[in-house]
Order: sequence, then C-alpha cells, then structure tokens
Amino acid sequence: MLRVKIDRDRAAFAALFDHFAPRLKGFVIRGGTPAAQAEEVIQDVMLTVWRKAEQFDPHRAQVSAWIYQIARHRQIDIARKEARPVPEELKEDPGAEADASQILAIEQESEHLKQALQRLSADQRIIVEKAYLGELTHQEIQTQTGLPLGTIKSRIRLGLERLRHDLKGLRT
Amino acid sequence: MTAITHHIPDHLLASYAAGSLPHAFAVVVASHVSMCNDCRASLAAHQAVGGAILETASTSPLSSGLRASVLAQLDAPVRAEPHYDRSGIYPGPVVAALQGQQPKWKALGMGVRQTILTADAESNARLLFIPAGQAMPDHSHNGLELTMVLQGSFSDSTGRFGIGDVEVGDEDLNHTPTADAGDPCICLAATDAPLRFKALLPRLLQPLFRI
Repeated sequence: MLRVKIDRDRAAFAALFDHFAPRLKGFVIRGGTPAAQAEEVIQDVMLTVWRKAEQFDPHRAQVSAWIYQIARHRQIDIARKEARPVPEELKEDPGAEADASQILAIEQESEHLKQALQRLSADQRIIVEKAYLGELTHQEIQTQTGLPLGTIKSRIRLGLERLRHDLKGLRT
Repeated sequence: MTAITHHIPDHLLASYAAGSLPHAFAVVVASHVSMCNDCRASLAAHQAVGGAILETASTSPLSSGLRASVLAQLDAPVRAEPHYDRSGIYPGPVVAALQGQQPKWKALGMGVRQTILTADAESNARLLFIPAGQAMPDHSHNGLELTMVLQGSFSDSTGRFGIGDVEVGDEDLNHTPTADAGDPCICLAATDAPLRFKALLPRLLQPLFRI
C-alpha cells in the first residue's frame, strides 16, 4: 500500500486488487448490496483506494481497516444516494518522518486481532460479523449478549494507547 | 479549549463504523470524532475489527474483465467531490450538512432558535441556539437523543457539557438542560423519536417545530 501511496506504483496497486477484490465481493453482498451491483461497488472502492491513497496513514490504520471503512461508506452512499458524514481528515505534518515501530505495532496488533477473531466460538463470530457488516442496529450492538466487543478491542489496546498518545500532538 | 469529558459511547462508534447508525446520529459521531482524538482512536479500533473480518472473508471469483477495467481507469479524470472543512464553531460534518451555507435560524420562542440539518423517517438533526441562562422545556426521550455542544455550555441534573461534549439521552433521562452564563449555547442535537415534554404548551407546539 505504501508503494501505491508514495510511488503511485501500478503493479503494487494490481497486487492490492488481487488480494482485496475477491474478498470484497462476498463482503459487499453480505453487507446488503445486490449481487448484480457488487462488482460495481468493488470497482468504486478500489478506484477510491487509488485516488485517496495519500490519505492512508499507516501509523493509524492497517490497509484492511481503511478499505473496510471505504467499502461500508460506499455501500451506504449508494443505498441512500447521499454522502455519509465523515470526520475531518487529520492534517499530517508533511515534514514528519515515518515511525517504523508504530507502523509495526499497528500491523502486529491487527494480526493478533485476526487470530482472536478466529478463536471465537462460531456463535460469537457470527454476531461480530453481523455487527460489523451493518446487520445489527446500534441498540442491538449495545444489548447483544455474547458480543465480545471488549475482548476484541483489548487486543488492540496497546496500539490504541500509542495512537492516542501520537494523536495528542497532532491537533487541538 | 477545555478538555472534552463526555464522549460517544462505544456501541455507537461500532455502529457508525459498520454503517448501521441512522444518518442524523452519524453527523454527530463524525462531528465529535473531528474534535476528539480519543474517540478517533476508538473508531480506528472498530475499523480494525471490520478490516480483520474483511481480511479473513472467503474469496469469490470475479468477472474476467473487472481487473483490467479498474486498472484502465486509474488515470480517468474524476469529478471533484465537494469537500467541507471546519468553519468557525462548526465542524466539517456540520458544514457538509449545511452544504457550506450559514445556518438559517428559525425562532422557537424565548430566544431559542433552530436550524434543521437533516430529517428523514429514521432520524433528524438540528442546530439549537439557546441564549445564556435560558432553559429548554423539561423533557424526556422516546428513543435516543445525542446533543453535542459547539459553543458555550449547558448544564442539567447529570452535569455540565462544554464544547465538544456529547450528552446521551435515552428513555431513562428526564432533564431540563439550561444554557450556562456567558456565550449563547449552540448545540447539534440528533433524535430518532419525538421528545416527550412534561408541560402542555411545548407539547402543543411540537408538531409546528418538528421537535
């Protein structure tokens, strides 16, 4: 992804496409897009990845998390024919150097998170997937017993703390 | 700027990331995250969970032409989407809901004014302007109400809410928010059901003001 962002490397983008597009297909169909439109959404999402690559910040997110949010927003924009409200972008300090240890921390915790998801019981896993594919209302997410939000998030606690710390210097 | 002490509850951040949050509440979440790095980091955590689910999703075969079609469009010109930055006291998502215009205030009486930002069958969001020292009518909630302070502050039985703070009102909260002394209080308020007023007069006026 960084080669796409920094070097505008088309071969690297093609590799991203080959990894994510086949995963996005089932994902967007489950997320409420009719099968006939799924490839149109995938095309929009992947072109957004290319066009907005400069907004991707590896200190704050893993590429899968970034693409997840683009895909969910895109699906809702299409369903509502109205843009989803999105937070203001953080202004990156253009002179700041990449912090390899923070990038690594985010990657490692994303890996732990993936493993934690795979260790969930089948029931729990189904509920987590429903919540993050938009199949549960906010009330259901709040009241759903067996939704291990806390357990899951504790897996990324360390990265979050670093993130909080780093973000403090960025604004306000 | 005073520190933000009242945040977006976690289940609403998860619902925002997943896209299941009604539009008006999403305006509040996006506005608060624009001003609150703690909630920005928590939202990143939920996006990471979504990313992990995407990463472990099973793959489906694509049409043969899709890859070439996407790669061929990398240089295609794109229509620039409107982009709204923060303007004065209004965070970017509020400016976007106003489509870059200044709020058009309508008087509600007693110096209180409102601007409807978005309303659909599911939810609605408005800006409220409350003069210093003025109380909103005593009310409770049929559903969920999120109120975020953009200027000044207000207080009720649960505490004081300053700039960036979000009060979460539900069926259990019956309150009389009162703007504190100082600047007029300007809030972003989103609900998914009509409020319940205790007194008769505000109840009678409700359909007129769409509160």
